[in-house]
Amino acid sequence: MAVATSSSKVLNNVEAVRDTLYEALKNDDRVVILGEDVGARGNVFLITKDFAKEFGTERIIDTPIAEASIVGIAVGMAMEGLRPIAEIQFADFIYPSFNQIVGEAAKTRYRSNGEYTCPMVIRTPYGGGVRGALSHSVSVEALFYHVPGLKIVVPSFPADVKGLLNAAIDDPDPVLFLEHKKTYRLIKGEVPDGHYVIPIGKADVKKEGSQLTVVSYGLYVHWALEAANQLESEGMSVEVIDLRSVRPMDRTLILQSVRKTRKLLVIHEDNKFGGIGAEISAMVAEEALFDLDAPIRRLAAPDVPAMGYAMPLEEAYMSSPAKMADAMRDMVKF
Amino acid sequence: MANTPTQTRKSLERHGLSDEQLKTIFRTMLLQRQLDNRGFQLNRQGKVPFALGSEGHEALQAGAAMAFARGKDILAPYYRDLGLSIGIGLTPYEIMLSIFARAADHNGGRQFPNHYSSKRAGLMSFSSILAAHIPHAVGAAYALQYRKENGRAVLVTFGDGTTSEGEWHESMNFAAVHKLPIVFLCENNQWAISTPLSLQMGQPDIYKRAEGYGMPGEQFDGFDPLATYDAVKRAMDRARNGGGPTLLEGVCYRFLAHSTDDNDLTYRTREDVDEHRKDDPLPRFENLLLDSGVITADEVAAFKKDVLRETNEATDKAEAMPFPTADDLYKHVYEGAWEPWQ
Ligand SMILES: Cc1ncc(C[n+]2csc(CCOP(=O)(O)OP(=O)(O)O)c2C)c(N)n1
Repeated sequence: MAVATSSSKVLNNVEAVRDTLYEALKNDDRVVILGEDVGARGNVFLITKDFAKEFGTERIIDTPIAEASIVGIAVGMAMEGLRPIAEIQFADFIYPSFNQIVGEAAKTRYRSNGEYTCPMVIRTPYGGGVRGALSHSVSVEALFYHVPGLKIVVPSFPADVKGLLNAAIDDPDPVLFLEHKKTYRLIKGEVPDGHYVIPIGKADVKKEGSQLTVVSYGLYVHWALEAANQLESEGMSVEVIDLRSVRPMDRTLILQSVRKTRKLLVIHEDNKFGGIGAEISAMVAEEALFDLDAPIRRLAAPDVPAMGYAMPLEEAYMSSPAKMADAMRDMVKF
Repeated sequence: MANTPTQTRKSLERHGLSDEQLKTIFRTMLLQRQLDNRGFQLNRQGKVPFALGSEGHEALQAGAAMAFARGKDILAPYYRDLGLSIGIGLTPYEIMLSIFARAADHNGGRQFPNHYSSKRAGLMSFSSILAAHIPHAVGAAYALQYRKENGRAVLVTFGDGTTSEGEWHESMNFAAVHKLPIVFLCENNQWAISTPLSLQMGQPDIYKRAEGYGMPGEQFDGFDPLATYDAVKRAMDRARNGGGPTLLEGVCYRFLAHSTDDNDLTYRTREDVDEHRKDDPLPRFENLLLDSGVITADEVAAFKKDVLRETNEATDKAEAMPFPTADDLYKHVYEGAWEPWQ
């Protein structure tokens, strides 16, 4: 764990979200938070605990259980000058608001020829590995990244959480901000003090390497790093890229890395079919096929609706550092 | 015994509108019908691919527009609100730009006709997705209340069929919880494309649903611009003064097919439509203004001529304008330039 300096502190991901939201509320009274149980309870993960006491229930709005209108009302607030941060309690409950995100928020700027915009954030915890069963484990990024006009951010490290959440709040367009809930308390790291932003759409090389490029995001970046370190001790060199933003996607960095290592492995928790890996693979095949020394490979969830509650079902659905290390070894040796 | 002109005028006075305002309402109704017809004509001439009609909604919309405070209130309309839109300040030229899908149209020719968006007029951008704009209106009302902008309110409109959507119910509920400055105005024209009210809902009086949410509800004759004005003005004033939301239901009828793509004789008879036409709000209001001496026959003739001229001019001017270009496709995806993967 990093040692905190005077201009930074060590936080976990959930604390990074909380600190960033708190600063945003302090700095700009156009910012309001709305969602189920965000007020008195402070959200089910206690992220907004005590916010209502400090900022009032006009800014920290406990909504009825009605996801379409949580997002739809945020769209109207944004169109009329507020900076709403809408929370969907778990990503699994985002489907009723699909139209408001995809059909309304993402199209408002375009359909009004730039006259109306939706500067808003939709935050939601997603992902598995927490025994969340069918309805508390889902990955939703692929359902939304097909949509121009919407930005999708999936940070994995506390410092990135803060920089990217700040960027999302400042952003003049709607941003879907996905927080992997297993990383909430598991992942700690140094977070600079004060306001800073990490541009949306820029990936980050979390570990440099020369024999294989691994692209991942969310919880799996941490597992991929674990696997890559394991390979390093075996004398192999793997580069790990944390995508951070799913849309816009950092095609420059991916291509640069692939042209160096000549091999690509994409790893994600979401289903393989039609997932983010499919898009990255297609892009690299179109742009850099003849720079490759091995077929592109994707390590992703099996083609089933969800991970089950029973431990063997969850384990079989999810990947692991060991499975990742196996895939990496195969690719390096190819 | 028929009323004398003085008696009719007296009955008009209770609405508190000046002669000028009464004439404005009448003129808006005439203009709405003229522009509406023009859209259908242009479609039949093969000049535009699609038009939406609002015949039968003129009284409701012109009356509601008179209760709207320009430069203050916010309108979240739906696609049948031609009269409301001109009533709050959109020009016939703007309407025609939308029908012709020209580059100078507010949304750059991107949306279907009648999907206006105008910050200047306080008209929020909206899509064709039924009820999706209703939470937006509620969010806007929340913004007004949050900023303590007293004296401002949101007017949101929709058809009867739209009240079946979940977002309508969710929005009514949230607005009532927070006592927001908003008026929900249902333009009940009895039909949702081919689906009649009786197949849309088990409760035929839409306004009665208000009670279930905890807000006042009121029904009025949507063929009468003054009854509409009264109801909308009362509700908007209540909203502007912190009295919370209201659900209003104006009962009218849709004289034309749903759009130029619809043949309404597949689900209703000509006789049925003709029967309702007997109640057409335009001649009815014209006669009222004539009988009370607010307007003269010469003035009526001049208005009609004027409205036709305005429509012709707007049509010619808009038709002569250029279409958006293929480059415009890539604008306004996000702020700034959009660099797609390809
Ligand atoms: C979500 C959604 N479902 C279906 C449609 C197709 N549609 C367009 S207009 C319409 C009827 C709407 O009826 P109503 O709300 O009564 O308004 P009216 O057109 O009669 O004024 C339908 C079903 C749509 N635009 N959006």
